[in-house]
Amino acid sequence: MTAEPLPVEPVPSRPARPRWRETLVLLARNPTALAAAVVLLAIVVVAVFDQTFAPYPANEQDIGNRLRPPSWEHPFGTDNLGRDILSRVIIGASVSLKVGFLSVGLALVAGTLIGLLAGFYGRWVDDTLMRLMDMLFAFPAVLLAIAILAIRGPGTTNTIIAIAIVYVPIFARVTRASVLGVREEVYVRASRSVGASDFRLLTRHVLPNAAPPIIVQTSVSLAFAVLAEAALSFLGLGTQPPNPSWGSMLAEGREFIEQAWWLAFFPGIAIVVTVLCFNLLGDGLRDVLDPRQRTLMAGGGR
Amino acid sequence: MVLAGVSVLVFSLIHLVKGDPVRLALGTRYSQEAYDALRARNGLDLPLVEQYVTWAGRALTGDLGVSFRSGEPVTALIGERLGATLTLAIAAILLALLIAIPLGTISALRPRSAVDRIATVISQIGISVPDFWLAIVLILVFSGTLGWLPTGGYVPITEDPVEWARRLVLPAIAVGVVSGSVITRFVRSSVLEALGSDHVRTAQAKGLPARQVFSWHVLRNALLPLVTVTGVQLAYLLSGVVVVEIVFSWPGLGQLALQAVQARDYPVLQGAVLLFAVIFLLINLLVDLLYTRIDPRIRR
Repeated sequence: MTAEPLPVEPVPSRPARPRWRETLVLLARNPTALAAAVVLLAIVVVAVFDQTFAPYPANEQDIGNRLRPPSWEHPFGTDNLGRDILSRVIIGASVSLKVGFLSVGLALVAGTLIGLLAGFYGRWVDDTLMRLMDMLFAFPAVLLAIAILAIRGPGTTNTIIAIAIVYVPIFARVTRASVLGVREEVYVRASRSVGASDFRLLTRHVLPNAAPPIIVQTSVSLAFAVLAEAALSFLGLGTQPPNPSWGSMLAEGREFIEQAWWLAFFPGIAIVVTVLCFNLLGDGLRDVLDPRQRTLMAGGGR
Repeated sequence: MVLAGVSVLVFSLIHLVKGDPVRLALGTRYSQEAYDALRARNGLDLPLVEQYVTWAGRALTGDLGVSFRSGEPVTALIGERLGATLTLAIAAILLALLIAIPLGTISALRPRSAVDRIATVISQIGISVPDFWLAIVLILVFSGTLGWLPTGGYVPITEDPVEWARRLVLPAIAVGVVSGSVITRFVRSSVLEALGSDHVRTAQAKGLPARQVFSWHVLRNALLPLVTVTGVQLAYLLSGVVVVEIVFSWPGLGQLALQAVQARDYPVLQGAVLLFAVIFLLINLLVDLLYTRIDPRIRR
């Protein structure tokens, strides 16, 4: 009796990871997404070097020059205390972006971890974690943030925490759904069969392949985080005066809307442009990374 | 189950506040009797678990405690304002549907046409505009410059239907624009998908008139999922309502919640937050039920 060699199963080839260079090239071919990325980059640069770009100190008052319409000295005009609105919009950009990036960053880390564990382990881990997420998800986003700020008190740091908590369930859901799709792939099972640890499976195979929807969600969430920060500061719960934030500038400008439209106009435009760019970039990323999700996400929302 | 968790979260709100909430609310000048009475009335003098059971039990019977400020029952305060908030939310979602369904359908029927491009740009901007900023701009244009509509306030429909409608228009636009934009995009992709499906091609091949194919095969299939999306949007829209109410001095739950935050009136805040969550959950439940009824594939 001759021992026949066991049939050798072909080793699954390298999983189809998102290839970063390819993604960037594809993204650059989409003129809208490219334009959005360029504008965002410009906003980020201005926000990082805000002190250099701002022509005047943000809180410098000049009562003799209050409520001046846009001019060469003050391209966006001055507010009720004679402060330069352009400078305040620029400094406000750094506040808005800081809150946006930090809150979404926190939500991304926590939400992805929760979604990863829930999707990968399933059963009671999944049930417990996702029911907890459902509870947080049952509150209207802004109201939940308001309630958190009511507990912790107003301020920029607490705003970051509040927005982060609001977005954790969204990242958890997106990650979990994506992980469920990846979990049973051949390369994951193959890796498990050769004795890879859970940690290795999660970090080497599951997370990289589940990443595309999470990346798209990050861009979209940044848009809404900027909106949420503006809303909370507008309500007087976020960034506290005299420090400028786009939302608090809108609140101040609202009182002078009849005499001086520019007070509320320019911070509003700044919000619209920033949020629009994050959304357009998100759409572009979705087209490249995750085409199947397009119709699905169009029905989503915040 | 989720509701039970939600109630625990809402209940915890008052206990997570640093310091003594009753003392914070009463300020510096108050009598010990008033302090004790307020604590007792809101059940704050009991052990924690007992407090929750009492609070939840009372909440189920419609008793949410009394306001730290006015001493009025929270349920009454909320009841006064629920109508205004629901009016605004429903008006906003109807307005959104009224614009989004035709606009999305036309875009899908003439992809890449001028109408489609304009609709895409508008909906893209609509998603990115802060609703409260739009509210300010609307007031500036329609109340300030043009003087057509009042800047805010609310009149019950029973008192003066015309004034009620005039005051509802601007807030409804401000709240509805985000949902309208999302729904427009959804209708467009949904109709496009239906147009490309096999059964539509079959119907066309059978020689059915274009109008009949459209109304029977395209619209019906494309608009079914709209029920879910509209429900989800209605739930999301509650966030916008909270902020827009402030701009238009709209006496709804959002305004009540913010006033409660500023006054450190925690029982009122708890009540408002709980009610918003209940509305949110009810909408989601309704959407699920409705969807299983209208989509025969799920019913089986």
